[in-house]
Amino acid sequence: MIPCTDRIRGWHIPASLRFALLIGVLTIARPGQESTAQGSETGIHVAPATALDTGIATQAVVEVSPTGAVSSIADGIRLVRPGGRVVVHAGTYREPMIVIDRPMVLEGEGWPTVDGEGDRELIRIRASGVTVRGLRLTRVGASMTEDRAAIRAMEVRDCTIVGNRFDDTYYGVYLQSTEGCSVTDNDFAGIPHASEALTGNAIHLWSTRDVEIARNRISGHRDGIYFEFVRNAVVSENVSEQNMRYGLHFMFSDSCRYDRNIFRHNGSGVAVMYTNVVTMTDNQFADNRGGAAYGLLLKEIADPVLIGNSFVGNTVALMADGATRLIVERNRFTDNGWGVRLMSSVQDGRFTSNDFSGNTFDVSTNGGSGLSAKFDGNWFADYRGYDLDRDGFGDVPHRPVRLFSILVARYETMLVLQRSLFVGLLDAAERALPSLTPAALVDPRPAMRPVAGEPTAGRSAESALRSTRVHSQPSPRAAG
Amino acid sequence: MLEIRDLTKAFGPLAVLRGIDLEVRPGRVTAVLGPNGAGKTTLIKCILGLTHPDGGTIHLGGEPVIGDAYRARIGYMPQIARFPGNLSAADLLAMLADLRGASADQTDDELIGLFELEPHLHKPLRTLSGGTRQKVNAVLAFRFRPALLILDEPTSGLDPVASGILKDRIIAERAAGRTVVLTSHVTSELEELTDDVVFLVEGRVAFSGPVEELLLRTGQSRLERAIAQVMRSYPVDSEAA
Amino acid sequence: MTSTVLSSVGSSSAAPATAPHTALKVARYEISNIIRSRWLLAYCAFFFLATDALLRFGGDGGRALLSLVSVVLFVVPLMALVFGTTYLYDAREFTELLLAQPVGRGRLFTGLFLGLAVPLSLALLLGIGLPFAWHGVGDNAQMVTLAVLGGCGVALTLSFVAIAFLVAVRTEDRVRALGTAVGIWLVLTLLYDGLVLVGIALLSHYPIERPVLALMVANPIDLARVLLLLRFDAGALQGYTGAVFTQFFGGAGAAIAAGILLLWVAVPSLLGLRAFRSKDF
Repeated sequence: MIPCTDRIRGWHIPASLRFALLIGVLTIARPGQESTAQGSETGIHVAPATALDTGIATQAVVEVSPTGAVSSIADGIRLVRPGGRVVVHAGTYREPMIVIDRPMVLEGEGWPTVDGEGDRELIRIRASGVTVRGLRLTRVGASMTEDRAAIRAMEVRDCTIVGNRFDDTYYGVYLQSTEGCSVTDNDFAGIPHASEALTGNAIHLWSTRDVEIARNRISGHRDGIYFEFVRNAVVSENVSEQNMRYGLHFMFSDSCRYDRNIFRHNGSGVAVMYTNVVTMTDNQFADNRGGAAYGLLLKEIADPVLIGNSFVGNTVALMADGATRLIVERNRFTDNGWGVRLMSSVQDGRFTSNDFSGNTFDVSTNGGSGLSAKFDGNWFADYRGYDLDRDGFGDVPHRPVRLFSILVARYETMLVLQRSLFVGLLDAAERALPSLTPAALVDPRPAMRPVAGEPTAGRSAESALRSTRVHSQPSPRAAG
Repeated sequence: MLEIRDLTKAFGPLAVLRGIDLEVRPGRVTAVLGPNGAGKTTLIKCILGLTHPDGGTIHLGGEPVIGDAYRARIGYMPQIARFPGNLSAADLLAMLADLRGASADQTDDELIGLFELEPHLHKPLRTLSGGTRQKVNAVLAFRFRPALLILDEPTSGLDPVASGILKDRIIAERAAGRTVVLTSHVTSELEELTDDVVFLVEGRVAFSGPVEELLLRTGQSRLERAIAQVMRSYPVDSEAA
Repeated sequence: MTSTVLSSVGSSSAAPATAPHTALKVARYEISNIIRSRWLLAYCAFFFLATDALLRFGGDGGRALLSLVSVVLFVVPLMALVFGTTYLYDAREFTELLLAQPVGRGRLFTGLFLGLAVPLSLALLLGIGLPFAWHGVGDNAQMVTLAVLGGCGVALTLSFVAIAFLVAVRTEDRVRALGTAVGIWLVLTLLYDGLVLVGIALLSHYPIERPVLALMVANPIDLARVLLLLRFDAGALQGYTGAVFTQFFGGAGAAIAAGILLLWVAVPSLLGLRAFRSKDF
């Protein structure tokens, strides 16, 4: 683990003072205590006077239950010794913002609900080595003045947020100046029926390094996953869909990997900006539609690598505006409006062994001459050439940029003439006597058959989620 | 039976009928004659409602011809028999019976037997010869026992035997009190059948009356010669009718 | 003897007693004539073979459908126009014979129209439907697309048969009528779109989305094409401009579009009927 340069408050300071005074209360909350108070009002809690009054934290395990001796989570945390466990039993907990100030495990059993009543953050992690698991976190109201989150970790290391459910929450998990944290196997549902201005991001990372975001299911937020100033993140097997803006949005976040995620039905798709070295493999970008919707938008990126991804049913599948040394290999572009749209600011793009089929326009460009890209061995369903030497590649180069796509790039309304006889004749004329389509966008060796292989992205992410989630059975997942 | 008053019709600048007055008497055979372009076809089409006259009146059996129902009393045999090629004669007979709402016992299928059409009834019409098709054409006109028969060049395209059968039938119809209007170029045929003659020249009635009167007027003994003379000597006094 | 103004003679007013069914009776015999004709068989076979070939060699059902759309939008209007005009001229003498029966002109016209339009529509539906039944339709979405294609094909058939009838009734000369029909086809399939394209280029500084939408809706071939475009190019159409189209056709527009296609059947039919009623044979 790389040492963190940020200020991180340790857990040892408060805990050591209270240690000696807590022996007598070890047994106040027993395991196996069945709670019947789920959903009941627990506004008043009666705490064991000795422990709380003396403030001694000595217990390895503290049981919290609405009807038990310890009935608030905050009290449970006060009582647990560093490295111990607070087990929260089913019930609804309404209490002021819970601050976790020591290394510990906060674990729900039977899906206890932590209810913010619409006006506060729920949990703030201010110590390293904290795990939060198995909680239902709800009603974190939207705020115009602060980014309220269900769980916020600030200036800590090694936090683990696993297997929680977030619903009706403004921000879900907010990691701020953290290191070595992981956010896995959570569900984020967002605030129902909210406008974009009143929704936050499900997973929001700011100035964070060495983080794992995996197997989360995210919907109904502004951005599903938001990164700013993040280093060395691994984002895998998440499903981020139906978000107002981006399924994934990151800026200034170098050296991150994105594998086997599904981003679909998001207002604007996925945007990657101002970043170096991005690797995306086996992801699925699907059904992101609208005037400014991209399966994947690359803006001012250096060294992006896209391998084995599926782009299906997007308005623009892959938009590259300012990308240097772009590697696009074995991706599938299927049934999109525009498969690949390259601005003239793209330098050294390499498109190899990708499949293009069912797109309104396979490849298009704004027609600039500065563009440098190389296509080789891609399969285009529209290719009409032949393969006399039977090497699997057509003997006639393919020009994936139609004249009509250049017209549409200039006069958007012309799109409605797509598939008309007149446009067919225009394209045929251009194919016979190429004059306007840029020479850079020619595949000299188009494949005769699909070459990208079967998609693995979507399926593995979906099945990973299915096997780890049992929504009908309200029990938290075992620690991973 | 049929009374026509001041019937006019122009196709654009071309006046085809310029005030036709005539009366077709019931139970008689009336031949409408005249040189090409005299207006014979147009007159017949006006009676059938195929062409809309510009002015004048037509009465059938004392009733003005309005709407479509009056045509149930008319049997029409057009000069050219062109039928849907993939239907059979039987289909055609059924179709017209269907359209006229005529049940089987109201139809007269004697001609089918006389023309020996039975073996051809179920073949597609396009496979039949022109003569056979003309026989079907004749059958259709007579089949529904119309009070008025309009026959346009009825014997054209028929062999002499069939022609004879058809003429016998026309005579029989007259005997049964039905009215027949026909056009023909075959003057021998006219001689044999015609009671009254209507002679049209340039859209006017040049002569209208019994054959005998025409012969008397022209001083000829044969209809053929009388016709020739009328054609030569036009205009004849149209008030002669 | 009372005198009657003759301009009313022969104009269709009260129909015979059997009237409500007369059109259907005429249609029934015309249909049984046409379904036995070779050109109809050829028409059906063309679609059958084209669809079969596309399904066999053109990749999956989706791609076959895509190609089929172009074929249908190209062939159906043209053939409906050509068949429509030829049919009415070929049937001219027989039409006169039918007119000499106690049958109203409106009924007869309707019967003739259905007599051609129904077999043409069935030939199209069978021609494209059977190969799909044989090879199997990919999924539900493709099923819907196939249904939209069939619906548009039938609407275009009805519409262009009506246009053909209108032309044929109003034009005495057969060759001229055929020329007019093909001219109409050229205008609606090619020239119209060409002019729209040039218009968009010239007027691109103005908000022209809605006028263009109106122009697309006003041409039956374009309307059918845009309806199908929404199924194949939905991704692209949901871009800026396209959003106008998806919004329109997503809401009440689908009903409006269907209504306008119907109008494209009704208006030429009614004009043709009016011409047929007043025509001198």
